[in-house]
Amino acid sequence: MTRREGGAEARAGWGFITPAMLLIGVFFAIPVVSAFVLSFTDFDIYSIGDVGSTRFVGLKNYADLFQMPLFWKALRNTLYFVVLGGPLSAAASLAAALLVHSKLTRFKPFFRSAFFAPWVTTLVAVALVWRYIYHPQYGLLNAGLGLVGIGPIDWLGDPRWAMPSIILLSVWKNFGYNMLVFLAGLSSIPEELYEAAALDGAGAWHRFRHITLPMLGPTFVFVGVVTMIASFQIFSEPYVMTQGGPLKSTTTLVLLMYEQGFRWWRLGLSAAIAVVLFLLTLGGTLLQLRLQRSTTR
Amino acid sequence: MSARERIRVIGFNGLMVLAAALAAAPLLWMVSASFMAPGEANTSPPPLLPRDPTLEHYRTLFTSYNLGRYFLNSLGVALGGTILAVLITGMAGYAFAKLRFRGRDPLFRALLAGMVIPGQVAMLPMFILLREMGLINTLLGAMVPVLAPIYGIFLVRQYALSIPDDLLDAARLDGASEFRIFRSVVLPALRPVLATLGVFTFLSAWNDFMWPLIVLSDDSKYTLPVALANLAGEHVQDVELMMGGALVTVLPVFLAFLFLQRYYIQGIMAGSVKG
Repeated sequence: MTRREGGAEARAGWGFITPAMLLIGVFFAIPVVSAFVLSFTDFDIYSIGDVGSTRFVGLKNYADLFQMPLFWKALRNTLYFVVLGGPLSAAASLAAALLVHSKLTRFKPFFRSAFFAPWVTTLVAVALVWRYIYHPQYGLLNAGLGLVGIGPIDWLGDPRWAMPSIILLSVWKNFGYNMLVFLAGLSSIPEELYEAAALDGAGAWHRFRHITLPMLGPTFVFVGVVTMIASFQIFSEPYVMTQGGPLKSTTTLVLLMYEQGFRWWRLGLSAAIAVVLFLLTLGGTLLQLRLQRSTTR
Repeated sequence: MSARERIRVIGFNGLMVLAAALAAAPLLWMVSASFMAPGEANTSPPPLLPRDPTLEHYRTLFTSYNLGRYFLNSLGVALGGTILAVLITGMAGYAFAKLRFRGRDPLFRALLAGMVIPGQVAMLPMFILLREMGLINTLLGAMVPVLAPIYGIFLVRQYALSIPDDLLDAARLDGASEFRIFRSVVLPALRPVLATLGVFTFLSAWNDFMWPLIVLSDDSKYTLPVALANLAGEHVQDVELMMGGALVTVLPVFLAFLFLQRYYIQGIMAGSVKG
């Protein structure tokens, strides 16, 4: 009797996961594998009309890609965004979490929501808002900086400032999410640790350095991996604010992939960029996990 | 509380208010500028408040620029996607947590590993596939990426693990079918996590830009973010008009957040502590 019921349970189990597995298989797993295959073909505008005209071209797309100066520029821009934007965003999140968590703070839920609010907004809409805030002549940012004698800076028009401007928007938009993650981490640190340290005469910095930071270790790994994966995918910010300019200084890998694939219909070449993106993300994730293992053991 | 301590609290909270105001400033300015007269925002020094508030831009957006249509498209994609995703991931998350079947754990581990793959890697073949299926330029096609989110399966599974086995076994002894158990025992127990999943799915479907941009080619099918980006290309100079469009785009998700805050906040905190 139990056996028969076990059979019913297993059947139900497979039945319940089937819709999800079908969708993930058809619209995620198979396309991811196909992206690799596609990157070895000359799939282009003619293949859109007639898929049969597609041929395998081996590593040609990769060879073309590596000889394309714009690819290296996009790679550099993306890494710039990941390496500078990621840690800045995590630092802003941690700072906000510490402020909200502080014993001195009144109306904690209010501040928590206020700092989190930008995260729920639509990126395309707020990127437009920031485009006007960054306006060299009429923008609020230059008006504010002008009061203290700085500027005016052509934020989105100057190749040196365009990527930092996008990073600032992105930090503002996203820090609220990781703030909540850090808040969850902070609230799981036992209060007794701080009390014992205070009894030993440890100052605020000392307690932060030797209790808070180590106890947040796993949180840092989570934040680091999630933020990095998301950062490699940056697309909408440059698409809306700068279209990759000026002088291609904000053209990112995904923006290049989009342009090659859906503006010029070079889907084979575009797929090669997707594969590079995949390998970068994978490499970055493994690196972070290894760093984590070596620091905790 | 001593006088010194009180001063510290007041000073600290004063700084907090300042920081919150700074974080809110771009959004507040968006609201304010959308009520300004044409060209008013492009004056120096930039005005913070409209001299003579007007609804002109909202009228223009809805009458001349079809914003109502895009709004309905967005709503359709977001609501449809959310309802389907909650059902599909709810069932899968429960099965991975509570139903014993061969291959369950390896399959779940494979799913988790898949979470590190950026969604864009799949987009090119997915475009070709949807083209073959005739789903290009349809709202259903725009919905596809949110229908079975892996993080959602993970979230539901974590929550479903806490459903007592006795409860399920008791229902089985009463002769209830597995589907019946899911409907009348499991679904009610999963309500909080499904609500969390629902608000996140709605948010990501509403805010999504790249995939709808790729899949929707016909103006009448655009969702709000795609329409807004398109409009911005033609009307860069019309700051006030664009801010009205931005406000209409942000408002629904912002209101949803105001009323359903706890689901967002609990969802992120619960998902991360275990992760």
